[in-house]
Amino acid sequence: MTTENVPVVEKIMNANDQIAMINRKKLDDAGVFAINIMASPGSGKTSTILRTIEDLAPDVRIAVIEGDTAPVTIDSDKVKALGIPAVQINTGGSCHLDAPMFSRGLEQVDLANIDLLIIENVGNLICPAGFMLGSHANVVVASIPEGDDKPYKYPNIYRGIEVMIINKMDLLPYVDFDMDYFRKGVQILNNDAVFFNISCKTGEGVSEWTSWLKNRIQQQKELAK
Amino acid sequence: MHELSVTESILNIAKNHAEKAKAKQVTDIHIVIGALSSIVDDSIQFYWDIITQDTICASAQLHFKRVPAKLTCQDCNHTYTIEDELSPCPKCGSIRIKVVGGEEFWLESIEIER
Repeated sequence: MTTENVPVVEKIMNANDQIAMINRKKLDDAGVFAINIMASPGSGKTSTILRTIEDLAPDVRIAVIEGDTAPVTIDSDKVKALGIPAVQINTGGSCHLDAPMFSRGLEQVDLANIDLLIIENVGNLICPAGFMLGSHANVVVASIPEGDDKPYKYPNIYRGIEVMIINKMDLLPYVDFDMDYFRKGVQILNNDAVFFNISCKTGEGVSEWTSWLKNRIQQQKELAK
Repeated sequence: MHELSVTESILNIAKNHAEKAKAKQVTDIHIVIGALSSIVDDSIQFYWDIITQDTICASAQLHFKRVPAKLTCQDCNHTYTIEDELSPCPKCGSIRIKVVGGEEFWLESIEIER
């Protein structure tokens, strides 16, 4: 029997991306600005979120969606302790959030009464990069002790980001971290990324990051009008 | 680990197109993977053999075409590919670079028997 070639040319992530666009529309209609925070485990995603909340709430109304591979509520408990609604998504061992999971989480968020939605993705520098969620800005949090070679080893995650946060700046004097080398790696991959050097421990640089965020939240509100 | 959901997605796309073409079975599947897309073909193959059992794709061979990361310097227009470590423009040293290839991740074509 002869075989026949059928051209397909379809993006393999198409199904995910279409749901991501539906998620985006929901957020846009509600005038909510959503950020997707990605990082390796231990870089300080949760600490960055808590610092961000402390700086912006209650003027900015915030909700958080926490993606975790294990059914532990350690992160969402910390967020709730600040009086901020938090929705926990257990990925059931999976290494990333995808658009359908985010969509289910979104159903539990009171979009009409928030301005900013923060998504904490699963701690991982590889898998989350491939799955659009429908957020407006992807943010990667790196940290000084992780080392300066990450953009060279995990290039994909830096491609689609708008913000690059470098956390634990207070450790810079104690660690061999070549800031120029790190920044160069990110910039080759993504020349438009905005950098913020922060320390969640000392609070250094946090307000620069949150003023960027405030601007974007405002823009999003105006677009929805 | 994310290769499982990716593999399911490949199967869905292949099945859709095979049904549309009224295929009896799918014999080959051609996939293009860019170097920047962080997909491991071995893992896809591993999941593929498990999830395609009893489907129209059960005996389909996967073929992967790897595409290197291709960059263009925005200062001197030089285009280069990255085989090893990410580097600034080898001609002028600029880091104002545009990624023009290497992010592909698509199903190019299938081969079927009717």
